[in-house]
This record gives sequence, C-alpha cells and structure tokens, in this order.
Amino acid sequence: MKYIFLLAGVLATAPASPAFAAEGDPVYNYTLMEADIAEIDNETVGAWDAQGWIGGDYNRFWWKSEGALTDGNFEDAEIQALYSRNISRFWDAQVGVRYDLEPKGETYGVIGLQGLAPYFFEVDAAAFVSSSGEVSARFDATGELLFTQRLILEPGVAFDFFAERDRSRQIGSGLSTAEFSAQLRYEFTRELAPYVELAYQKAYGETADFQRAATGSDDDTVFKIGLRTMF
Amino acid sequence: MRLKLAGLLIVTSTLSASAALADVYDLKIDQFERTVEGKTLTGVSINGASPGPLLRLHEGEDVTINVTNTLAVDTSLHWHGIILNAKMDGVPGISFDGIAPGETYTYHFTAKQSGTYWYHGHSALQEQEGVFAPIIIEPAAPEPFQYDREHVVILSDWLNDSPYKALANLKKRSNYYNYNRRTVFDLWRDWRNADGAQKTNVIKERLAWGRMRMDPSDIVDITGYTFLVNGETPQDNWNALFEPGEKIRLRFINAAAMTYFDVKIPGLKMTVVQADGQNIEPISVDEFPIAIAETFDVIVEPEAGKSYTIFAAAKDRSGYARGTISETPGAEAAIPELGPRPELTMTAMGGSHGDHGITNDKPKSAETGMEGMAMGMSADDHAGYGSMSAMETGPIVLSYADLRALTPYTDRRAPDREIELRLTGNMERYVWSIDDVKFGDAGPLELNYGERVRITFKNETMMEHPMHLHGLWMDLVNGEGDMAPRKHTITIRPGETISADVTVDATGSWAFHCHILQHAATGMFRKVTVIGGPQ
Repeated sequence: MKYIFLLAGVLATAPASPAFAAEGDPVYNYTLMEADIAEIDNETVGAWDAQGWIGGDYNRFWWKSEGALTDGNFEDAEIQALYSRNISRFWDAQVGVRYDLEPKGETYGVIGLQGLAPYFFEVDAAAFVSSSGEVSARFDATGELLFTQRLILEPGVAFDFFAERDRSRQIGSGLSTAEFSAQLRYEFTRELAPYVELAYQKAYGETADFQRAATGSDDDTVFKIGLRTMF
Repeated sequence: MRLKLAGLLIVTSTLSASAALADVYDLKIDQFERTVEGKTLTGVSINGASPGPLLRLHEGEDVTINVTNTLAVDTSLHWHGIILNAKMDGVPGISFDGIAPGETYTYHFTAKQSGTYWYHGHSALQEQEGVFAPIIIEPAAPEPFQYDREHVVILSDWLNDSPYKALANLKKRSNYYNYNRRTVFDLWRDWRNADGAQKTNVIKERLAWGRMRMDPSDIVDITGYTFLVNGETPQDNWNALFEPGEKIRLRFINAAAMTYFDVKIPGLKMTVVQADGQNIEPISVDEFPIAIAETFDVIVEPEAGKSYTIFAAAKDRSGYARGTISETPGAEAAIPELGPRPELTMTAMGGSHGDHGITNDKPKSAETGMEGMAMGMSADDHAGYGSMSAMETGPIVLSYADLRALTPYTDRRAPDREIELRLTGNMERYVWSIDDVKFGDAGPLELNYGERVRITFKNETMMEHPMHLHGLWMDLVNGEGDMAPRKHTITIRPGETISADVTVDATGSWAFHCHILQHAATGMFRKVTVIGGPQ
C-alpha cells in the first residue's frame, strides 16, 4: 500500500516539459470529493465518496475512497489504489488493490472499467476478489441534466453483486443491493457545489431476507445534504 | 488598464529612412503586470510591454536581434512567417536549445521578404502570457497599392487565469469553461418551437449528440477572455488617428492564444491587399474572418469628421476587441451588436453511425462519429469559405476562395506526392493530435529537399484549427491555379479537407503545429525534418 502512495508522490512531482508543445507525457491531477450527512433511524450518518488521479493522458494512478460514519463511529471505510490505462477514446481499464478499514480489515484485488458511455453516462464497473477468495462486483452510473448552467440534476444507479452468500456479513449471492439516487447540485464554481440528494436503497434476494430479519425492512429512503468539491 | 504601446518604437537603432540594411535590435523578455477587470496577473513582456516593440525591418536588411532572458525559466522568440535559416527560427528543441535564464541569444537573418508579420515566444505557454509583437518589413520595390498612413492592429485575448492553470483545468474537465451547455429548458424550447414532424428531429438530434458523447455548444475550449487591440481593452478604446482625406493601411495580426475573430469596420469598406504578408488581388469586403496567427492588410478611406469602430468579434461571440478610427484622440463610434453565440449543427445525419458503443471504440482512436454527417456552425455561417459571389445581399465577407495572389509564384510544379494529415483530438482527455498521435509520441514528418509536396489537412474534430508551417510557404489550393495565395497559416474548419502545396526549399528541422496554443501544447504539433539539400 505505502509503495503505491510513494509512486503517487513521485508522479506528482515530475516536472512538466518547458517546450511550447509538451514532450513526453506531462503530469496532471484531478480530485473529486463528495461529503454529505443524513438522518437515518434517528442517527446522524456522515458519508464520503471521493476519487482522483495523478498522471499523464493515457496512464494514471487512480485512487478511490468511500465510507460512512454513524454518530462518529466508522461503519464502512475503504480505499482503492489503481493503475488506470486509457484503452479507447472514452474508457480506462483499471487494476489494483482495495483495502477495507471498516467494518473489518480486508484486502481485495480489483479489476475494473471506468469511462463515459453513450449519452454522457459516467460508468464505473469493478470486480473484486478478497484475500479469502470471495468474489464481488459493483456497477455505478450517473448522468447529468442541466436546469441551468449551474443547477444540475445528477441521477444515479449503483448495484452490488456477490458471487457467494456470506452469513457473517449478512449478504446473499447475486444482486444484493441497489441504490437509485437523484442529486441536485448548484455549481457556484466548478470547484465548489453544495447539493441535496434523495437516495432509495433496496436489498434483493437473501440479502433482503437478512435485512428484514435484522431491521424489519429491506429498503430505505435517505435524504442527504452535502458538498462536492473538485480540484 | 492603460498599457500604451510605449515600447512600440523602442529599438536600439534609429529608424533612418535610408535603412542601413544591417541593424541591431535589443529585446528583453521580462515579467510585467496587467490588471483587467480588477484582477492583476503577472504576464511576460518584451521590453516591458505586451504587445512588445514593433520591429520595422527592410527587405534585404541583415538583421541582428539580441534577446536577453531575465525570467527564471527558459525563453525563446520565433519570427512568425519569416523565411530564414532553421537554426534562427527560435523553437526550443527543434531550432536551438532555447535561451536560459540570464542569457542573451543573438539571432541573425537576412530579411528576404516584405509585409506584415509578427514574432512571439515559443517556450512553454509564454506567448499566452503576453510574449508577442508585430514585424513590418518594408519592401525594396514600391508596393502595388497606395496609402498615406498605417496602423498595426494586433488582436489578442487575455484570460484572468494563468494559461498553465487553464490547461490544468481543461485536463480535469474539458468543459470546465463551457457555461453555454444545453439545458433541459433549451430542449423544451426547441421542441415547442418545432412544428409537427420537426419535433421528433429535435429529440433525435439531441440523442445523436448524446450518443456520440459530443456537445454542440463545445465551440471554444476557454471562455472568459478579455479581447484586446494593441494591448488595450474595449473600454480603453485604442485610437487609430487620421487626417482628412487620408487612406489608412491597417495591418491586422491575430496574436490571440485561442480566439478567432470576425473583423468589420461599420461604415467603411475594407480593401484587402495582403494576406500573411503576401500581396493579393485587392478585394473590397465588409468583413473578414481572421484565424489565429494570420495577418491581413486592409486599406480604408475614412470620411473627414467621422469616427469608425474597428470591431473584432470573438468567434464564440463571448466578447469583442474594439478600437476607433478617428481624427481626434478619445473619439468613439457606435458599437455593433455581437449577435448570437453559434452552435455546432448536424445537418446531414446518416443512419449508419448509430452504434458507437464500447465495442466500436478503438484504442486511442479519434473516431468522432462524423461519418455520414456534415457539421457546420449555425448563426454565424457567413464566415464560410464559399465564394462570396453567392451572397448577393448582406455583408460581403472575405473567404479563402477569394484569395488570389497578385503575381504567380515561381514554382508551379504539380506536387510529387501527397501527405494526408488528419487533425484529431480527444476532448475527454483534452488531448489534441495529428493522425491520433500527440507530439510527445510522434516521430518527425520527413520532407525531401527540392520536392513539391501536397499536404492535405482533414479536420476530424469539432473545432477549427489554424495550421502553421515554419520555414516553408504553403500555397493554398483554393481553385486559383497559378494565382494560389501563399500562406504561413491555413485554417481548416470542422469536417473540412483543405490542401496546400509546399516547395521544400529550406533545409533543417521546423515546427508544424496548430496555432490554438492549448492545442499545440497538448500535442497537435509535429517536427518537420527536411532530408538532404545543401549543407
């Protein structure tokens, strides 16, 4: 893990070429962060979803992190460190590692595809293999509808899949959870955009059975208030 | 802001009319500060000003220019459109090593031509920070037109953001500066305004753009520029003075980083007499488009007692550069309307390009999905290159089809071979390229000394590109045969194919690139190497 961050540091400090036209592949970077809070079952849940890259036009170090805190305690926290290579006009292939800090320490191998699908859908699809051999996958897609140049609605879907059931984590096999969301943000600047988001989360299959047994319900509607930053 | 062209005539030599024909000029590259709309930025100047001093040379003159670098980084100056020894062309990494901090580099060349040209920085993004200035080379023989007074009109654009920051922003998000994207209300309005069967076309077109992941509002990469005439904002209102009865020669130079202009002077016909410093058959127009790095010389005859606005509208209509022709300083004239912002249009949607899914994507391909589809610009299409004779009504606008050399050039051989160059790009990555390969990954383009080669540009992108070849003239293939105009910069519109014939009569290595500076910086650039020839 730390070697990857070392690599990132080296990339970030690589000098840009002084020529009128760039020789080689000058290094740029990008960071997108969303942080929001919601009231769920009378508890305050804070969540973050962030990603960024450092690198050239075709080869990049790409990191992703997401997680949630309930009343100040980490529920989920994960970070991914990926090598991302541009394989076609709109798509990057990604390979690397994911480490879950919470709910329990776990390392995964990651292989994924990220890019822009027709109709301007941002898509991120990845498969994970845990250190104990469990296979899972995620699919995320978001679109954009502009009300004005700054008031933007971002519909999104997210699906989680697991190859095998895991009773200890209350997960069934196949499609386990889905989220359908609508984020409405106001881009004061490209860098700073507060948002509100409505998300409907639903569990499926055995995962739904586990959830109903635990909480009496297999779905939830969450209202979030957050801030999106890009730099 | 009040940056007068104080430096305009500061050259070390006295400009004697007799022309010593061997003058020495001293230039210093230095930082300067410019405040536009309340924001002060540090730019880069030549002799303390931007534009820098006018170099007024004489045909046949042995020119010596000492350039001192007082910056903390390397610098360079390139003499745009000047035919000279490759080592004197001023492109770091191709002509020479650049000028290190604290060093003085001496350029030598003999001025073998005459006309309006310019010079600018060719290191990093310094030209965008202010390093540019005009060159006038006085002809040895009298010119085939008359005028009583002349003014240089150098157009430029100034961003209240450093060009390095702007490029970093575009790499993060290529629509960073686009606040003209289509909204759901635009779609609703278009749908409501369309009748009957057209309604489905509105939806179809919207879906077609989405399917191709292209944006019709993506007509410029950066908006937010302030447009300048001779370094002065529209509020500053640069004045071109005249005495009653005089014919005025205006030497227009587009030194902008990213901006095409449409130039007009309401109330005055402009007689275009030179393009890129070369005499052309005089042609009277109301308006002319000027691509980045081009020059046009026009002659106007203002009426006594009147003032006229020189109006250079940015192609995206986000603003204008303005000056005033008048008898007295500070005079103003009416400023025309800018007109609507143009959008890209799909005019001939074929049915065969509907499947641009993942599987169709080629690695690093510039597949833009433009097969079977013609693109044009709406709202603003009069800047086109069709013959103006078709335009019976409305303003007469100069087009490439109208350019005819005044005298035929000596080499009228048919080309020995043709090189096709596809102008390509990937907006998602903000990478611009030629034949899908950016400069950093490309080898040199090889030409053979003595050959006549046809270069055919095929623009596969959504943007117009002004291609500039150093060291060798390009004879524009515009149907004028032996009277084809000779240019150093040729602009190619989206979806268009244009050819130019080149006589390879210079040795050494040369730069060849798009003069939209962020396009050159990200890879629409080649090194041209001439094989053979006298040592």
